[in-house]
Amino acid sequence: MDFALNEEQRMFQKMFRDFVTNEVAPLAEEIDHEEKPPLALLPKAAVQGFLGALLPEEFAGVGLDAISYCLLLEELARACTSTAMTISVHNGLVSKTILDNGSDEQKGKYLEAMAFGERIGSFALTEPAAGSDVTALETRAKRDGEDYVLNGRKTWASNGGIADIFLVFAVTDPEAGDKGISAFIVERDTPGFKVGYREPTLGLRGLTCNTLYLDDCGLSAANLLGQEGEGFKIAMKALDFARLSLSAICLGGAQAALEVGVQFAIEHEEFGGPIALKQAIQNFIADTAAEIEALRYLVYHTAWVADTGEPYTRDASMAKLIGSEVAMRAANKMLQMHGGFGYMREYAIERMYRDFRALQIVEGTSEIQRFIIARDILKENGITIEP
Amino acid sequence: MDFSFPKEYQLFRRMVRDFVENEVRPLTRKIDHEHRVPFETIEKAGKLGLMGVPFPQKYGGVGAGETGYCILMEELNKVCASTATVIGAHTGIGAMAIYLDGTEEQKQKYLVPLAKGEKIGAFALTEPGAGSDAAAITTRAVRDGDDYILNGTKTFITNGGHADIISVMAVTDPSLGARGGVTAFIVEKEFPGFSVGTSEDKMGIRGSNTAELIFEDCRVPKENVLGQFGAGFITFMKSLDIGRVGLGAGCLGGAQACLEGSIQWAKTRQQFGMPIAHKQSVHFMIADMATEIEALRSLIYRTAWLVDTGQPFTKEAAMCKLYGSEVAHRCIDRALQIHGGIGYSRDFWVEHAFRDQRIAEIYEGTSEIQRIVIATNIFRPEGVRISA
Repeated sequence: MDFALNEEQRMFQKMFRDFVTNEVAPLAEEIDHEEKPPLALLPKAAVQGFLGALLPEEFAGVGLDAISYCLLLEELARACTSTAMTISVHNGLVSKTILDNGSDEQKGKYLEAMAFGERIGSFALTEPAAGSDVTALETRAKRDGEDYVLNGRKTWASNGGIADIFLVFAVTDPEAGDKGISAFIVERDTPGFKVGYREPTLGLRGLTCNTLYLDDCGLSAANLLGQEGEGFKIAMKALDFARLSLSAICLGGAQAALEVGVQFAIEHEEFGGPIALKQAIQNFIADTAAEIEALRYLVYHTAWVADTGEPYTRDASMAKLIGSEVAMRAANKMLQMHGGFGYMREYAIERMYRDFRALQIVEGTSEIQRFIIARDILKENGITIEP
Repeated sequence: MDFSFPKEYQLFRRMVRDFVENEVRPLTRKIDHEHRVPFETIEKAGKLGLMGVPFPQKYGGVGAGETGYCILMEELNKVCASTATVIGAHTGIGAMAIYLDGTEEQKQKYLVPLAKGEKIGAFALTEPGAGSDAAAITTRAVRDGDDYILNGTKTFITNGGHADIISVMAVTDPSLGARGGVTAFIVEKEFPGFSVGTSEDKMGIRGSNTAELIFEDCRVPKENVLGQFGAGFITFMKSLDIGRVGLGAGCLGGAQACLEGSIQWAKTRQQFGMPIAHKQSVHFMIADMATEIEALRSLIYRTAWLVDTGQPFTKEAAMCKLYGSEVAHRCIDRALQIHGGIGYSRDFWVEHAFRDQRIAEIYEGTSEIQRIVIATNIFRPEGVRISA
């Protein structure tokens, strides 16, 4: 057993932290208030290799292991949840999915440009009637000789507003259930494809979430990712990794909430002294710190399992479930500690409280995580359950 | 990073599990009803080395460190919190104080028989007027020639009625307070002036004895001063620090037992024409338990690793105890809910476990004290000193 980061991981951690302190933290408030995606940051992140974090060198990536990648997202999320999510979707959901499932031609065509940040990725699974129930997809991809014609609508596609490359999931065989779903790579300027309405959101205001319209959108077989009918499998594998990624974002976010809470408790005086000297405040801080410590090693453990190549679906769901709940409780407690200040947009905790609420919903709600965890446990005990 | 347990720990866990299944599980109800862990059970544990797991082999221990001790506490507490408490108070704090600060002679004389399980240990800090506020103790030790004369009463002392060797904290200089005015002593039960008072009748962990210890002009030779004279408070706090990791591990085992028992129950209990294992409300309770347990497991063994590799661990140990006892509380509560009425019946393990669990949030430092320890360690580097 060894719970220490290795030398390379520690070096990465410092590098991530420096970047985040110098480049991301100063922009976090502006990104939220002006609701703008972190476009100015992305080229700088690309120079550091963060937009090709999971890709091998041959595609201009830096090939981080899962633990190091979690450290990256953790650090990003300490400053700006929106930026962390933007980069996480681009890397974990899109470029890694193309790397894992794409043909040599697809990899050659997209991955290097994604690592350089010239092309940003978006993941389009959710539909108006298919949220937690992915098998209810209605977007249809009809075969037309060697080609496909797509029709349908996707909602809340993360990075929709800034992306050039969209992973779109559509039904190729309505009779085949989850084996009838296929994944397609759709470029932004494809005729029949349109990026529409951007949702105004409670938090994560730097992450663009858009409706996508597919109206007789013609694609060639070269756009099919993996084999026909593999879409569900591809999506689920991508979501496993996305949940691990999200848990690292939760960890960084919760840590940041704790840190601003501690600083506030030291600086803010009531009854003739810093509120840090009050036990009610110490209780908030101690409970939050204890939960974060437990979360930290659950996240790293999950990343370690992923790095060993073993299945980690259950672990990722656990890390995501508890991560999002710890982050939300941390934000709530630290907000309470701030009193009226916590409700004011001048204070970072106000933004965190709004941002973190999304974490219990995106990449599978807490309820879906609980289902996945219970399904896995009960399967070991000879019981098959349905959602 | 490497989260895998080395082979020797896996083998050790298997050995502990065999002991627990064969020697403890058949007795758990009897232990609860009769308010005692049979002496023979402790004797068998001693023969297997389980009374001295964290201590080096040269002191009669197994040399399995804090990680091994956590494995022991986890496995014991899955089945019997009373047995875990007896062995835990003996090893984790009683003998631990001697291991941490005893002289070589004291270790040979006292730690070796304790670690081998030939003698039973206890740790005597709490007094009627000094619980969470440990610095408020009034048991007095006054020098008399080559001895110290102890006077005072200790309460709620785990193993108190059976212990042979007791680590005791007493005031040696009332003008100095906790820092400098308190000294630790090793007391043998045969020392004149030592006696055991009444034993407590408790909600749970009923198989572990909790007794009052009375010191009436109890004569303790000066060689039995444990650690530096005047530094007893530090010795005791260090012992409690390290003990908290094992307590957290016990909570982990208890919570795991709740999860496993609930799954088995949900598979067999039929309602609305099917096993309740098919109901989403049950799935979600199972999932929440499993998730909290997984987070706790990583926290416990990471903290044990901090101890075993010589790194600071005070804050993390308090987190193990705080978070562990709260996870265990939530897990037994969910387990009881899943079991419904049968969970409330004294004929079933859940009721017993429900009573046993509650002490984890109180003994060896309440949750409130853990929060103070954690907050103190967070604020200290920020230049803010907080007090209880």
